[in-house]
Amino acid sequence: MKSLSAILLALVASVLPASARDTLTIYTYESFVAEWGPGAKIKEQFEKTCDCSIDWVALGDGVAVLNRLKLEGANTKADVVLGLDTNLTSEAAATGLFGKHGLDKALAKTPVPWTDDFFMPFDFAHFAVIYDSEKISTPPLSLDELVNGDPGQKIVLQDPRSSTPGLGFLLWMKAVYGDKAGNAWKKLSPRILTTTPGWSEAYALFTKGEAPMVLSYTTSPAYHVIAESTDRYKAAAFAEGHYLQIEVAGVIEASPERTLAVAFLQFMMEPGFQDHIPQSNWMFPAGAVSAPLPAAFDQLVKPAKTFLFTPDDVAAKRREWIDEWLNAVSQ
Amino acid sequence: MKPGGIFALAAILLAVIAGLAPVVVIGLSEGLMRADPYLFRVIRFTLLQAALSTIISILLAIPIARALARQRFPGRFLIVRLFMLPLALPAIVAILGIVTVYGAGGWLGGAFDLYGLAGILIAHVFFNAPLSARLILSRLETIPPESFRLGANLGFHGAQVFRLIEWPQIRPALAGIATLIFLLCTASFAVVLTLGGGPQATTLEVAIYQALRFDFDPARATALALVQVAICCALALYAGRFTGLTLGAPPLRRTQIRYDGTAPLSRIGDALILLASLAIVLPPIVAVVMSGMAGLRLDRDLIPAMLTSLGLAGSAAILAACLAWPLAAPRFATLGNLATLGAYIIPPAVLATGWFILLSRYSGTNALAPVLVIALNALMALPFAYGVLAPAVAEAGSRHDRLCAGLGIAGFNRFRLIDLPALKRPLTLALVMAGIVSLGDLTAITLFGTQDFVTLPSLIYRQMGSYRMEQAAATSLVLALFAFVLITVTESLGTRDDPA
Repeated sequence: MKSLSAILLALVASVLPASARDTLTIYTYESFVAEWGPGAKIKEQFEKTCDCSIDWVALGDGVAVLNRLKLEGANTKADVVLGLDTNLTSEAAATGLFGKHGLDKALAKTPVPWTDDFFMPFDFAHFAVIYDSEKISTPPLSLDELVNGDPGQKIVLQDPRSSTPGLGFLLWMKAVYGDKAGNAWKKLSPRILTTTPGWSEAYALFTKGEAPMVLSYTTSPAYHVIAESTDRYKAAAFAEGHYLQIEVAGVIEASPERTLAVAFLQFMMEPGFQDHIPQSNWMFPAGAVSAPLPAAFDQLVKPAKTFLFTPDDVAAKRREWIDEWLNAVSQ
Repeated sequence: MKPGGIFALAAILLAVIAGLAPVVVIGLSEGLMRADPYLFRVIRFTLLQAALSTIISILLAIPIARALARQRFPGRFLIVRLFMLPLALPAIVAILGIVTVYGAGGWLGGAFDLYGLAGILIAHVFFNAPLSARLILSRLETIPPESFRLGANLGFHGAQVFRLIEWPQIRPALAGIATLIFLLCTASFAVVLTLGGGPQATTLEVAIYQALRFDFDPARATALALVQVAICCALALYAGRFTGLTLGAPPLRRTQIRYDGTAPLSRIGDALILLASLAIVLPPIVAVVMSGMAGLRLDRDLIPAMLTSLGLAGSAAILAACLAWPLAAPRFATLGNLATLGAYIIPPAVLATGWFILLSRYSGTNALAPVLVIALNALMALPFAYGVLAPAVAEAGSRHDRLCAGLGIAGFNRFRLIDLPALKRPLTLALVMAGIVSLGDLTAITLFGTQDFVTLPSLIYRQMGSYRMEQAAATSLVLALFAFVLITVTESLGTRDDPA
């Protein structure tokens, strides 16, 4: 019996040291911590700055992260939540779980001035129509040209009911066409090859050659240039401007590690975090980087104008706008 | 086996109620959503595509199964195994294979517009025609050899063999198989959205997923889920009236010898039918293999993902078989059949959310994630295991019940000495099917997964999610090969000592 309890004690002791250091639990989306994602390098960098360790909890995508918070409520294990976008922050703040970050908002290098007290941005990119330059020599130069163009040249879109880029394009249409968005959707509808549940399916169909256009990000061509050394896939610059996606992080107010959580948010705006964003997450860094971005990023489309509804507008109108889209394209 | 059956029934019921109840409670507290024209349109489309998919799959499956049952030729076993492969493919992998063949830029050169009802039907038939054929074949194989011998002595020709011997055996199974296929098509999600061409192709499952996930609107989700539960229950119960078992005299010999189908015309006909079946199943799989070749290399993530998949699928298959076996006793027929369909009557997204709500009250779910994934996968694999085991258990019962009663063999001894040897084949098939279904499943893992918990399907999805389409294609190929090896190994273990 004595030896058994000794073994048990040893076992317990071998599990325990984790609690001697502070552990910061961060909820994020899956691809952030994938083998090629920025998660591992960021963890390593941050753990050098503190006597602590990061525990990533990866959940599908930003929407899945928010749902997990809603389900867990005050019982949540998260200290930091990383990977919501501005279309979700109003709902996220409404859970009452998030505390003010207290950081200097001027640290945020976003295309629009940063004003959010609860969330800080870590990266951003504009949505864009990506086209296959081997199949299209004259891409649409505006959203209006896309809507009214040759229905023989198809585009793959994402469903705004299940995907963030899909919702982004819906908001883009709304920002440009306002009350006439329903009509514009009707005109666009013969050009839509199909509407996929997520970005991955759409982009896979596009690179398979099913359609010469797909909705993605202005940063997508950078991946193909850097990782595949091809400039075949290009972003179309739209005259009206492009809709913006900003990804953010926030701290849980009631977290026992609140100080450490704020320290992480501060770290998030610095090169130790930001340097890993461009070539791992394929987005623009929203904070300070130690070196200029690779050349491929300089050649990307720079939108003339940026569209972005406020989080409150999106939260209030999303359902109505989705119904408008449903009615327009379901006939 | 009485307590076993009741225990299995209770376990399934508990799992289903634990999933549905919390969502319904929240949903009702917020007031149900009103039925609107959109809802009716969604219901109509759900039923239409599921009904068409089911009818086409079954009509194709009957001649295919019959051709496989009465012809013996080299490579037959390969076709039978190939028929199980679509089950192992995650929807997105199969979709990309189908697009490569039938798509706008596909091998057929865009001969028709894939995106719409046509695409949905092609994908559902690709998944379900071989599955139905495999299930029907397993029924045909249980016909006592004496029947065929008698038929031959009486000089039955092909049509008479079918009408008098085969059809009576298939008919009672058809209702069950059709119900399963119908529910699988009702629950279909990625196929309907991606190949449906747009939101006009929306099923209840899509609407529930949207309500629960994107809108987090339990009231709407509850209303939709209740509609789905009502439709599916009604259908399963209605079909249950036609389900039954034809039990003839117990067979004296186990090896089936067929005397029909030897006329040149029958041989040619069967050959054409089998070629047609290969034309449905093979091209998308070949497309998956070919797209995967280019990016094939050993990634750091691959081996752990394979092991995780193997562990999860194996555990889920064993759990599913353990639940299905006791339920397969004829006395549980209606209720057992309905219970095994639980994970398809109640959408997995609802089940997962309900379990989560219950468990998060008590502890972190992260540590429980593997258990929850296995449980959900087992529930989803249950109807496959049950569909194979139920007829075999009933048949074995009719053969051995009196003998065992006479000799006083019961309980574990009966299981070990009588049932297990007699049911080794169907049990193996049940394990293979359940394992393969779990191997290709992405639903459970996305609903519960955490960072250090990657299966082959979730690895494919991660790779696709970060531009790595070539790597994703390679991982899909690995998954297909892995599944094929598993099918082969398990089946040869299961038939090792067989006289046949």
